[in-house]
Amino acid sequence: MLLALVIIIVIFEVLGQLLPYMNDQSFLFDTKDRFDSIFNEARLKIIILQVAIIGIIALGVTQVIITAGIDLSSGPLVAATAMIAMSFGQTELVNGFANPKALFGPWAMDLPVIIPVVIGVTFGAFIGAINGTFVAFFRIPPFIATLGMFLICRGIALWWSGGNPISFPTEQYAAIGAGMMPVVWFLVLAALFHVIMRYTVYGKHTYAIGSNEEAARMSGINVRRHKVMVYMIASMLAAFAGVILSSKASTAQAGMGEFYELFAIAMAVIGGISLAGGRGSIIGTVLGAMVLGVIRSGFTYIKLDGSYQLMAMGTIIIAAVVLDQYRQRNKV
Amino acid sequence: MSEEIVLKTEDLTKHYGGVHALEGANFELKKGEHVAIMGDNGAGKSTFVRQITGVEQRTRGKISLYREEVNFAGPLDAREAGIETVFQTLALADDLDVPDNLFLGREMTWANWLGPFRLLDYQGMRKATIEGLNRTAVKIPNIRNTIRNMSGGQRQCVAIARTATFASKLTIMDEPTAALGVQETAQVENIIRTLKDAGEPLILVSHNMRQVFDLVDRIVVFRRGRIVANLHVNDTDGQDVVAYITGAKTGAEFEGAA
Repeated sequence: MLLALVIIIVIFEVLGQLLPYMNDQSFLFDTKDRFDSIFNEARLKIIILQVAIIGIIALGVTQVIITAGIDLSSGPLVAATAMIAMSFGQTELVNGFANPKALFGPWAMDLPVIIPVVIGVTFGAFIGAINGTFVAFFRIPPFIATLGMFLICRGIALWWSGGNPISFPTEQYAAIGAGMMPVVWFLVLAALFHVIMRYTVYGKHTYAIGSNEEAARMSGINVRRHKVMVYMIASMLAAFAGVILSSKASTAQAGMGEFYELFAIAMAVIGGISLAGGRGSIIGTVLGAMVLGVIRSGFTYIKLDGSYQLMAMGTIIIAAVVLDQYRQRNKV
Repeated sequence: MSEEIVLKTEDLTKHYGGVHALEGANFELKKGEHVAIMGDNGAGKSTFVRQITGVEQRTRGKISLYREEVNFAGPLDAREAGIETVFQTLALADDLDVPDNLFLGREMTWANWLGPFRLLDYQGMRKATIEGLNRTAVKIPNIRNTIRNMSGGQRQCVAIARTATFASKLTIMDEPTAALGVQETAQVENIIRTLKDAGEPLILVSHNMRQVFDLVDRIVVFRRGRIVANLHVNDTDGQDVVAYITGAKTGAEFEGAA
C-alpha cells in the first residue's frame, strides 16, 4: 500500500519532468529558492486537506464494509447535516446588519458551538439507527436500505431551508473547519477508530460478523444490535464531516457532498478493505485516502482536465481492486 | 457419585410446521460417560442437538442439566450453563486467529466501564489458548494464523479446543470428523480420548461405526425423529446397530415408537 503511494508519486514526478509544458516544476519537491524545506509543503497540505473530510466519512464506511455491508447514504447525509447544524450555528449580526440568510428567529442565533454540533451528530445517529434497523432487523440488503436513505437525506437537505443556502456562521462554528482543522479531526478520529477496531470488543465483533455472521451469532454476539451500532457510528462520522464541511465553507448548501459516499467507498476499497467483509483496517483506509488525494492532486499538477480526471480515477479504482484480489488469491 | 446424571431430556419434541423432526425423545447422560448418537440422515440427530444447545426452541418437553430444569433462550445461555458444542458447520470466523475464535463472544477484557469499547486482553487470551491447546494435545503451529489459512483438520481442532478450553459440564460434537482425512481424524479421536480420561461427559454425533465403537460407552439410535435403541457397546455389534438404524429392529422398550 505504502509502496503504491510512493510509485504513484514517482510517476507524477517523472511525468512532470517529461511533459513539455511543465517548466521544471516538481510535484513533490520544493523548487522555489528556499532552504527551509525539501518538500513542496503547500502541495502536501492540499493533498491531505482535500481528502480529510471525505476521509472522516471513509472511517465509518470502512466499519460498515467490514461487516460485509455498504453505506451509500453518507454523501447526502453530509449535506443534510450541514444544513441542519449550520442553521443553529448562525450569527445574528453580519457587519452590524441582521443576518440575511437567517433561517430561524433570534432564539437560534449565536448559540454556543456545542449545540449545532450535538444537533448535527445526533441527527446522524438517528439516520444511522434507521439504516441499521432496516439492515439488521428487517433484513433489507444494505445497498437498498442506504440507497433509499441516500434519496431521503438529499430530500431533507433541500427541504430544510427551501433550497436556500445557510450562511454566516458564528466565529466558534467557523473555527471547527478552519485552516488545517479538517486534517486534525481526520487524524485524531482515524487514530481513535484504529484503536477501537484493533483493541476493543466492538472492533473484534465487527470483524467476526463480517467474516462469518452465523458463527458470530452462535458465539453469542448480539449481531443485530451490533450492526445497528456500526451503522450509527458510520452516520455520526458522516454527520460530523458535514459539520466540518459547512464550517470550512462558511456556508451550507443542499447540493454539498455530491459523490462523497462513492469517494469514501473508493478510499476504503483502495485501502484494501474487502467488500466481502471481515478484512481490512483503518490504517488501510487512511492510506487509501492518501492515494486518492495524491492522484487527484497529481492530475491537477499535470494540468489534466477535470473530465479526464474522473475517467482516470475510475480506472484506477477498478485497477486497485483487481490488483488487490490478485494479491489475495496468490497469498492463500 | 459416578451415577450422577448430567443431562436428561423428557418427551423432547420439535415440529417444523407439519414435519415432526423429533418426537418424544427421552435421553440420559451420566457423569464421565461418552454417548454416541447414530441414525440415518434426517433421523433427528442434529435436531436433537439443536434443542439441547438452545439454537432452536423445542416444541415441547423438558431438558434438565444436573437435575435442574433448563430453558435456553439461545446458544449463549447453553454455553453459560456449561454446554460446549462443536457444530457441524464449524462456527469459526475465517478472518480471525485462534485466540480470537476461542474467545469469540466471551473475550477477556479490561477497562470494562467502556462498555462495548472495553479493551481486549490479548495476552491473557493467548496464554489461555496455549494452555487449552496443551490440555487437549492439539498441535497448531502458529496460533496467530487466521482460520482461512488452515487445513480442515486444523479448523476442526480449533473448534474442539474451543470447547475444551472452557472447563465445561457437557461437550457435544456434531460429526466432528465428517470432512477430515485419516490423520486428522486420528487427531480428533485422540482429543476425544483425552476428554474421556479427564472424565468429561460427551455426546458424539457420528456416522462412523468404527469410531463409535472405539470411543464411546453407549450408543443411542434415532430413526425418523424417535429414539429406537439404547445400546451398551459391549452388548452390541455393528450389524446390530445397522439393523436399528435401518429399521429392521426396534429396541424392546421402544416398541410402538416408530
